[in-house]
Amino acid sequence: MRVTVIDYKAGNLTSVLKALRHLGTEPVVTDSDLSLIESAERIVLPGVGHFAATERLDRTGMTGAIREAVKRAVPFLGICVGMQWLYAGSTEAAGQAGLGCFGEECSRFPEGDQKVPHVGWNSLEVKGSPRLMAGVQDGEYVYFTHSYRAPVGADTAAVAKYIEPFAAAVECGNVMGVQFHPEKSGETGLKILRNFLELEG
Amino acid sequence: MLTKRIIACLDVHGGRVVKGVQFVDLVDAGDPAALAARHAREGADEIVLLDITATHEGRQTLLDTVRRTARELFVPFTVGGGIKSAEEAAQVFEAGADKISVNSAALKDPSLISEIGKSFGAQAVVVAIDARRDPAAKDPVRDAQVFLQGGRKPAGRRVVEWAREAEERGAGEILLTSMDSDGTRAGFDCELTAAVSEAVNIPVIASGGAGTVAHFADVFGRGKADAALAASIFHFGVSSARSLKEELVAAGVPVRLPC
Repeated sequence: MRVTVIDYKAGNLTSVLKALRHLGTEPVVTDSDLSLIESAERIVLPGVGHFAATERLDRTGMTGAIREAVKRAVPFLGICVGMQWLYAGSTEAAGQAGLGCFGEECSRFPEGDQKVPHVGWNSLEVKGSPRLMAGVQDGEYVYFTHSYRAPVGADTAAVAKYIEPFAAAVECGNVMGVQFHPEKSGETGLKILRNFLELEG
Repeated sequence: MLTKRIIACLDVHGGRVVKGVQFVDLVDAGDPAALAARHAREGADEIVLLDITATHEGRQTLLDTVRRTARELFVPFTVGGGIKSAEEAAQVFEAGADKISVNSAALKDPSLISEIGKSFGAQAVVVAIDARRDPAAKDPVRDAQVFLQGGRKPAGRRVVEWAREAEERGAGEILLTSMDSDGTRAGFDCELTAAVSEAVNIPVIASGGAGTVAHFADVFGRGKADAALAASIFHFGVSSARSLKEELVAAGVPVRLPC
């Protein structure tokens, strides 16, 4: 299976690639080669750090190529900032548009008694029966590290609670995203990545 | 619910895990990759690998160890010990670390924190602080002295102000070791941990002094720690992460129980 991992120079891809290899795929990485997006059977967009870094996707033409791939129903998984990019945008970088598959905007956790960033293992509550979360029970833990998050909406596949409930995973058709790091979330994370790789048309 | 993290720490020397009291009388405790995998399987939330020799010659050995340990590890993996530059950090990330920890080098050149964060994200930069209470200071806890070079040399910094500066410069987490408690197994320094945890908005990992389950419950409660490091209590099967966590759950501490 042709799994294309998008590198937009925001953080380290090693762990994501390692997990995808562990699950029996041979991922290829691109930071600009649109043909690798056009020929992909799965697209993974990892990413940590600042939402503004996604500007590189626009500049390299990768945004357009991803949009076309998504129209062809190629399964797409955004991780962390890669999930946030599926929304209209984020208050972290006003003026930098996301892909807009989901209409809401991402924003920072409110300041209060609890620390921001949200770092560590938090439990999931699965919403409906999303394909990405097949076999994941309510209360299973995954690893988060982030300060911005998407609101809970109609397409939310799993909710986590920190200060208030937020979207831990999102799914609409073959467009999927996870706020947590499945590559760092033990067996639960590997199960979710396997679900993504094994999706059927 | 966000859980408190139990982090297994492996001290490595020449590609092997070693244990000893305050770096003396080192005993071979096994293969890092095998031990890391075992701790993760038994429920450790994270693995920290500290190169306690950190010599120039040992660098390649360390990178090989990191690569081998990371290969089958699917929980967060931090590597520290002797990282002096962004280039060295990049090699360690390349070998499979998710986070690096910096200590002496960050004290000597605090801009290293933001430099590494710029390329790999703030979440990937752990600033390790070794501190000892200063009885001569007005506030012996908040003004605990910070040491570098494995606790051998005072850095001329106070723990709370240095932790705040590290946060401002873009550290993602603080790994705080109490030199007073380290190796004693008499409990964490909860006052020190709370002072730092209340002063910053990033997670604080408590280290030094773990001996019993009650010590962990105490540092998560009174000490306001977000995570706690446990090294020697996990070796030789003295206590597993699983049994530690089961007892913590019984004590009302939210932790992740492995499936």
